[in-house]
Parts: sequence; structure tokens; C-alpha cells
Amino acid sequence: MLPSPAISSEQTDGLWKKGIQAGLPIAIGYMPVAFTFGLLAKAAGLSLFETVGMSVIVFAGASQYIALSMVAAASGAAELILTTFIMNIRHLLMSASLKERAEDEPKWIKAIYAFFITDETFSVAATSQEKKITASYLLGLCLTAYSSWVVFSGAGYLMGSGLPESLQASMGIALYAMFIALLVPAAKKSRKVIALAGTAAVLNSLFSFIPFLSGGWGIILSTLISAVSIEFIVKGDERNE
Amino acid sequence: MNENLIWVIIGMGLVTYIPRMLPLVMFHTNNLHPRVQGILKNVPFAILGALIFPGVLTINPDSVLYGVIGAAAAFIAAWLNLNVIIVVLASILVLYGYTFL
Repeated sequence: MLPSPAISSEQTDGLWKKGIQAGLPIAIGYMPVAFTFGLLAKAAGLSLFETVGMSVIVFAGASQYIALSMVAAASGAAELILTTFIMNIRHLLMSASLKERAEDEPKWIKAIYAFFITDETFSVAATSQEKKITASYLLGLCLTAYSSWVVFSGAGYLMGSGLPESLQASMGIALYAMFIALLVPAAKKSRKVIALAGTAAVLNSLFSFIPFLSGGWGIILSTLISAVSIEFIVKGDERNE
Repeated sequence: MNENLIWVIIGMGLVTYIPRMLPLVMFHTNNLHPRVQGILKNVPFAILGALIFPGVLTINPDSVLYGVIGAAAAFIAAWLNLNVIIVVLASILVLYGYTFL
């Protein structure tokens, strides 16, 4: 383990590069999602400034899509902001989980990198082999993902037409493929991981049939139920990390 | 309306940022009960399950099979311990090929 205050600049440099590498799959995965967001934003009547601004300021895919449909339906500001909050409240769970593995660094640094927590950046960071998650690693990872999100939101708006349909459709697998690639190596080593992911997957699939559990709540509930119940069933006898 | 929308976007940004930031910056979790620590360590793997299902089955609204094929390609590539980025590219390629069948 690294002695926390004394990380040399060389180590920081290496961590930063590792982070950028780890962020590349996310950058690829965000490409079609952000591109389509830009297209839809234009169709919903947003300006380029508002479209890119939303990606820069909010940086949360699903809620940005929902915001577009609500703008198109002329929903009120309060309703829009409340929906965004509900969609994104699951980040509480990720932030708390990340804190357990975060390197001991000043709070203002954590306050900066906290902005970049998404389903994808969290999943990559939390399953990485790093002993402690440092700001250098995390910012390399997150800024790679963020750049893709912002740039391709603008590109989608400006291009005004979609990617070729076959490419658009096949690229839709990218983020899921990444999640699978993060999960499988851990699952091969630990039955507990299989139980955790399997339980949450089944629960979330069931919840998707319940209208008020769609979106943010389904993911929070299924994750929590799985993480808590498996912790009590598997009494820490299979800890290999 | 336009000026209004910018404020709405800033509001969206704030309510998104606060849950991201609060636990990392505010909570004092140094003396957490081991059980709670264990639960928090479980979160990444549980959430991966919830993020993959049922979402992956709906990437093509017309065909569940499409998502199944993509997921199977990713699973096989990941099983072979290929790098994440290779897994992603391989899955895209397999589905791209499949659309021409």
C-alpha cells in the first residue's frame, strides 16, 4: 500500500495514464449515447449552447434524455429538477462505496472528482485492481469519459443526422459489454460476486415491470437488497480481497 | 423560456452533484461497522448486475435476441480474459456483422 501523503510525481503520472486507459472503453460507449442525445436535443428545440451546457453541467445520461422528453412535453421546471434528482439519487450509494476505497486526500479534491461519478466511471474505478483509488487515477479515467460525453453531445447536435443505422444499433452494446467485461473476471474468482450480481439482476428485471420503480429507484433497491442480503448470507467466509 | 432553461439545467446539475458529493466529502466513515463496510464493498458487483439486466435485452426494441447475442459475445470475450476495450470492440463487431445476416 502506498504511504498516503507521499505519492511521488512519477507515481501520479503513471496513475493518471492508467486512468486514461481505463476510461477509453467508457469514451467509446458514451459516443453513440451522447451523439443521439445531441440529435434529440436539437429535435426538442434546444440551442447548441443549452445542449452542450447540459452535458457539461449535469453529466448524467439517462436523466438528460428524460429532461429532453420533458422539455418537449413542456413540463415545469420543478418537475424536471425533481425527476433528475430521483433519477440520480443512486449516486449516493456509489459515492459511499467509493469512499471505502478512496485514498486519503483533501476533501476539496474529493469534492472535485465526486462530480464525475456515473454508473460507468464508478463501475470501472470500483472494480479496478488499484489498492486505493487516487484522484490522479480517477481524474484520468473520468476526464476521458467526460470529454467523450461533451464532445459527442455537440457533434450529434451539429451533424443533425444519425450514425448509419447498423453502426448506431451495434454500438448500443458498448456500455453493456463494458459492464460484462468488468463483472466476469471477478465472478470467475468468487461465487459471492455471482450471487451479488445475479440477485440484483433478477430483482431489477422484476422491478422493471413496476412503473413507479422504473428509472433510478429500481437500481437502488435491487442493489441495496442484494448487497445487504448477500452480506448476511455469506458470512465473510469467501473474502479473497 | 430560453433563459429559464439554463436555470433548469443548473438546477439539474446541482441535484445531480449533491448525491455524488455528500458521502465522499461529508460522511465520517472511518469507524464504520465491519458489516456496513462489507455491504459497501458489495455494492459495485451488485450494481453491475442491475446495470446489465434488464437493460441489455432492450438495446434493440424490436428484438431481444439482438441484446442476447451482444451480451453473449461480450461474455465469451470477457471469459477469455481479454482487455475491456477489446471486449467492447468485439461485441460491437459481432452485432455489426449480425445486422447484415
